[in-house]
Amino acid sequence: MKSDIIILGHGSGGKLSHQLLDDVIIPRLSGLPQRDQNDAAVLTHGGRRLAFTTDSYVVDPIFFPGGDIGDLAVNGTVNDLAMSGARPLYLSVGLILEEGLPIVDLERILDSMKSAAAAAGVTIVAGDTKVVPRGKADKIFINTAGIGVFDHDFDIRGSGARIGDKILVNGAIGDHGMAVLAGREGLDLHSEIKSDTAPLHELVAELIAGIGTGLHVLRDPTRGGVATTLKEIALQSNVDLTLDETALPVNEAVRGACAILGLDPLYVANEGKLLALVAPEAAEDALALMQRHPTGKGAAIIGEVSDASTGRVYLRTAIGGLRAVEMLAGEQLPRIC
Amino acid sequence: MKYLDAFRDGAVARKLVEKLHARVADYAGQMTFMEVCGTHTMAISQHGIRSLLPEQIRLISGPGCPVCVTPVDYVDHAVALARLPEVIIATFGDMIRVPGSSSSLQREQARGAGVRIVYSPLDALALAQKHPDKKIVFLGVGFETTAPTIAGAVLTAQRQGLSNFFVLGANKTIPIPMAVLASDPELQVSGYLCPAHVSAIIGPQAYAPLVAQQKVPCVITGFEPLDMLQGIDMLATQVLEGQPRVETQYSRIVRPEGNPQARAVLEQVFIPCDTPWRGIGVIPGSGLCFREEFAAFDAARQIPVDVETPREHPGCLCGEILKGKVRPADCPLFRTICTPEDPVGACMVSSEGTCAAEYKYGI
Repeated sequence: MKSDIIILGHGSGGKLSHQLLDDVIIPRLSGLPQRDQNDAAVLTHGGRRLAFTTDSYVVDPIFFPGGDIGDLAVNGTVNDLAMSGARPLYLSVGLILEEGLPIVDLERILDSMKSAAAAAGVTIVAGDTKVVPRGKADKIFINTAGIGVFDHDFDIRGSGARIGDKILVNGAIGDHGMAVLAGREGLDLHSEIKSDTAPLHELVAELIAGIGTGLHVLRDPTRGGVATTLKEIALQSNVDLTLDETALPVNEAVRGACAILGLDPLYVANEGKLLALVAPEAAEDALALMQRHPTGKGAAIIGEVSDASTGRVYLRTAIGGLRAVEMLAGEQLPRIC
Repeated sequence: MKYLDAFRDGAVARKLVEKLHARVADYAGQMTFMEVCGTHTMAISQHGIRSLLPEQIRLISGPGCPVCVTPVDYVDHAVALARLPEVIIATFGDMIRVPGSSSSLQREQARGAGVRIVYSPLDALALAQKHPDKKIVFLGVGFETTAPTIAGAVLTAQRQGLSNFFVLGANKTIPIPMAVLASDPELQVSGYLCPAHVSAIIGPQAYAPLVAQQKVPCVITGFEPLDMLQGIDMLATQVLEGQPRVETQYSRIVRPEGNPQARAVLEQVFIPCDTPWRGIGVIPGSGLCFREEFAAFDAARQIPVDVETPREHPGCLCGEILKGKVRPADCPLFRTICTPEDPVGACMVSSEGTCAAEYKYGI
């Protein structure tokens, strides 16, 4: 029963989102094949390479443990630029405000956008504000677009994975998604799960300076989580990836909450995490470099690119079993019993 | 979670697997063990347990996913209710994506119908209190684990005098269909991994008639990988010894008497009745229907609505899959026409469904 209308699953970042992009949106607006879809477009002008990206933020609740929709909107776009290896410079901000939004909430959100921009070293240079009648939006939606420059001349892209590459993550996964879910559903998880929202451009800059062309792929595993992002990379690069479950960093509180709700942390959203695929000889240096940085303290090598090229992702489980990892299908829903 | 880590220890798992391989090394036949709990189905796939077993042991999935065994006309009924402007459907998340004959609750929600995902029947009660002008219909699906909480919510609603809280009932009980499947000569079930949480309610004795009549080994097993490896080992031992019995591997949770309080609440509100299982048909006495004195809470009786004639996809093998007779890959629709994004049958929809597990984790 293929859906003839937009359903929530189309926004999950998983397979349905991909289908919507590939079948409906991309053919009409761009024609870019999946292999070349990355977090930011790379443009060349006057001999200089620029990165350009845009993203919209519709998170509910707008304030959550560890952040709010404002710093999320800045960090998210900064990270999209950083994942292409660019140095973020300028942002634009589009605000869609619902009638009835308290001005004090707007001020709080704008203040955190200002702080996040300052922390990320980017300047907000353009903007737009619209107000819609009550019920036509959910409190506040924010769109940000960003421009960055490249300080190097090599490519970092989703199709860049090579056989033998090691897969690194800069810390525990699933914190953002669980913090937002707990806030939205009013779940009392008796724990302090905070969003990991953070700008990652500095960490990326250090990786580029430290291992240079040994850095092949960078992606931030936001919606759809680590599983969906790695599956995208496997398909884009036409390689197989194998993850080691025992190496995956997951905070205990997140693991516990996921166990209770029947969710898999591999599919839970992150906002301050990156996945880096690096040449095997550069892996230990990359790991040490990450672990020295404030946003990479919990970094780990979680898997590698194997020598098959079928676009599949596998997980070696803690008990030694092997299973497949697919993209998120629809939304992650709490189980029934 | 450190407690849970003890049940996922790789070194202990390797020893258990070695022990199991050694135990059945000289066994020339095939042991077919069925799990009848959706959470087991998922855990088996999620931890890659099949890839660790000796070739003499085959795991098949039975009708253990409450969403999967709910017939299509129930979904149609829920969809019809959702279309009524005065109704809000409150449901566990899995149900909203299950396709009915021509729609699903998710689609109705996208078109503006009142459909809310809740985490417990008590959340549905809270909705009823918050929206006195609406009729809140909770979708009562699930087995003995879920049914007592629904019964409890009904008792609370009665105490609070709530007149806008209803349940569209489809609760089911597990041991009777297990006996039906054990008697199926095509299946040749050698043993059951009995459900963990259901057994915590009904207690090990609930399987005694099944063992006595069908001579089939039963081991109540937990959900962690070491639990399941141990449960499989206990079943294999029973088969080799030729002495079927009920054993409890999951003794840290399941008490010999079960949970009498939960059963009392359940029996106060519900009475056994005949009920249809998707793919299996009507199994006498395996459903839970409202007792007459709680008829005021029965959405089917209290909210009249026209329900479309049910239509199932002719190629869908959910029924055979739920009976453990075929594997998902044997279904011509699997991975081609039927996918999690565009599911044909409930086995692909539910997070506990056999096809969903195979699609998501299968190698």
